[in-house]
Amino acid sequence: MTEEKYILSILVDNEPAVLSRITGLFSGRGYNIDSLSVAQTHDPLVSRVTMLTRGTEPILDQIKKQLNKLINVREVIDLTGMEYVQRELALIKVTAEPERRAEILRIVDIFRCQVVDVGPAHYTLAVMADEGKLTALMKLLKPMGIKEVARTGSVALSRETCPG
Amino acid sequence: MKLKGAQILMKVLQEEGVDTIFGYPGGAVIDIYDEFSKTDITHILVRHEQGAVHAADGYARAKGTVGVCLVTSGPGATNTVTGIASAYMDSIPIVVFTGQVPTSLIGNDAFQEVDIVGITRPCTKHNYLVKRTEDLGRIVKEAFHLARSGRPGPVLVDIPKDVSNGVIEYEEPTLKLNSYQPVYEPDIKSLEKLVALIKEAKKPLVLGGGGIILSNAAKEFTEFINKTQIPVTTSLMGLGAFPAPDPLWLGMIGMHGTYRANMTTGECDLMITVGARFDDRVTGKTDQFARQAKIVQIDIDPTSIQKNIPVTLPIVGDCKKTLAHLNNLLDKEDLGDLKAKRAKWFEQIDTWKEKARLSYEQKEDVIKPQYVIEKLYELTKGEAIITTEVGQNQMWAAQYYHLKQPNHFITSGGLGVMGFGLPAAIGAKAACPDQMVVDIAGDGSIQMNIQELATAIQFCLPVKIVLLNNQYLGMVRQWQELFYEKRYACTAMEYAPDFVKLAEAYGAVGLRATKPEEVESVLSEGLSNPGTVIMEFVVSREEGVYPMVPAGAAITEMLLV
Repeated sequence: MTEEKYILSILVDNEPAVLSRITGLFSGRGYNIDSLSVAQTHDPLVSRVTMLTRGTEPILDQIKKQLNKLINVREVIDLTGMEYVQRELALIKVTAEPERRAEILRIVDIFRCQVVDVGPAHYTLAVMADEGKLTALMKLLKPMGIKEVARTGSVALSRETCPG
Repeated sequence: MKLKGAQILMKVLQEEGVDTIFGYPGGAVIDIYDEFSKTDITHILVRHEQGAVHAADGYARAKGTVGVCLVTSGPGATNTVTGIASAYMDSIPIVVFTGQVPTSLIGNDAFQEVDIVGITRPCTKHNYLVKRTEDLGRIVKEAFHLARSGRPGPVLVDIPKDVSNGVIEYEEPTLKLNSYQPVYEPDIKSLEKLVALIKEAKKPLVLGGGGIILSNAAKEFTEFINKTQIPVTTSLMGLGAFPAPDPLWLGMIGMHGTYRANMTTGECDLMITVGARFDDRVTGKTDQFARQAKIVQIDIDPTSIQKNIPVTLPIVGDCKKTLAHLNNLLDKEDLGDLKAKRAKWFEQIDTWKEKARLSYEQKEDVIKPQYVIEKLYELTKGEAIITTEVGQNQMWAAQYYHLKQPNHFITSGGLGVMGFGLPAAIGAKAACPDQMVVDIAGDGSIQMNIQELATAIQFCLPVKIVLLNNQYLGMVRQWQELFYEKRYACTAMEYAPDFVKLAEAYGAVGLRATKPEEVESVLSEGLSNPGTVIMEFVVSREEGVYPMVPAGAAITEMLLV
């Protein structure tokens, strides 16, 4: 059975240690977490965890059931295969030698990044994108010399279906 | 009404119907202990915190209710972990209260501080650190609700000292469990499908598990078997869910199950599983397990379904409710002459029975452990509550003590904890004082919680210990014999205390049999004595548990001798 990527949106009680229950479940049972982001929702009692995970279909089935079994988990939404929007924010500190600056700025333009910090020998770029776009950007910037990267991990919401 | 945290705890415990607590005091729980004398809750002072949890577990299983224990912070708390993990694996409803250092000291590496909530997160159904006295009542109520509902399990509540001695204006708490809604009612359409499968099947089999006992469904289960005339086996945890003397009973399934139960599994065309989770000791090699069968799995916990074994028809629901619905549906069906319909199938099963019955040879010189269990079964008429330790003693108990009723076989099934049997027996005796409670033990296991003899004596909870002494860690030795060319690395326990004198030192009675002809008289004397008794049987040293499925083999590939 082949491994697939899945994206889960998990609504949990906004309480201490809930995240550790989730990550503990994953480490204890040998499941993978590719990325994880968590913050409070519009309801202060509820947080949303967005998680990218990998596994075979039976493993994903277990992951969803095991998550649902946690007392503090309110709802597990499997966005995989649904219509959804997904974004991730990345900060990329890239080496910017004078002869490369123009090239970097062209990439910035194409990918609609922002330059948020400039130094004599670097640019720090901010980019909001989905995973595919981010991978493509990193690939193009790699020859310039990426010094550091900070990524938030994906957040996602399902699309509302249009009435009619 | 102004109440102190400790008073709130006592109030809620009494509201939850708690009459017995197993525990061990310490600095962080003095305020709680100070309130005990003002209630009619019995506190049983164990000699080690692990014993408190196993005793609460034994109490819960024998009585079918929630077991409770109370220990102090730090080492008191860490000593409960093995017991909690065992209860978690076996889905036993217990609530464990641990003391904690005052909230102001948490995180400071204070004296006897440990993050017990962090430690027990993976082995509890849920756990709590109570941060305010105001939350205590609600959390304790939630803990009991969680422990006993759905798939039961252990819940831990960690109470800092300033929470138990803080005083607040008490208000009746309301539960705050937003999304916890276990599914009790099965999908009726699925049950109709199951009825159709039963009607179609030529070679059906039922596998029962501990879920039947936990949901108090043995009556409905037996009714279901009688209606459908399907042969039945159970896992270790399911023993007693169906009366062993019944002709439809095949014996236990699995690594040390009966040959016919395992062969029936290999050949059946329909396997109906009720409250069993397909542990690896049950299935053996999973891709060979019940290969020809459509598998139906009834379980209250969705994670148990499709976890280890692919299932044709999953049914999420409480065993008792599901079986009751199923029995109603079956009443409306004309199932025909089931005995005639299944005649060939039963004939086949009988040939397996004839080929390899459970057997041993009791010669004149040395006592066979199986013989001791058989005699125990005869003398107690199969009606005692049996607890076991872990290893060969546990398997011989499962094979030769033919259980007739639920809640009478108390064993650490999933985690396999040595040292479980004695404290569990004490807990069972506290739950059912009028019943005979027997711990079937080995010389290795019994020494892991032997200190609890003092608890049994102090609280007049007379339990009987049938000690099978082979001076080995017998089950490991058996594996070494079979799979490690008899290299008995570190499994010989050639030095042990004189168990008869040890019993006497604790104020119990000690008896010993070294010859086969002494077995019956020692058992009779021990069982009829009103006190706590160790009956030591010096048994054949290298006796093995058979039949046996080697680890990783298909369960139909059994070593018979």
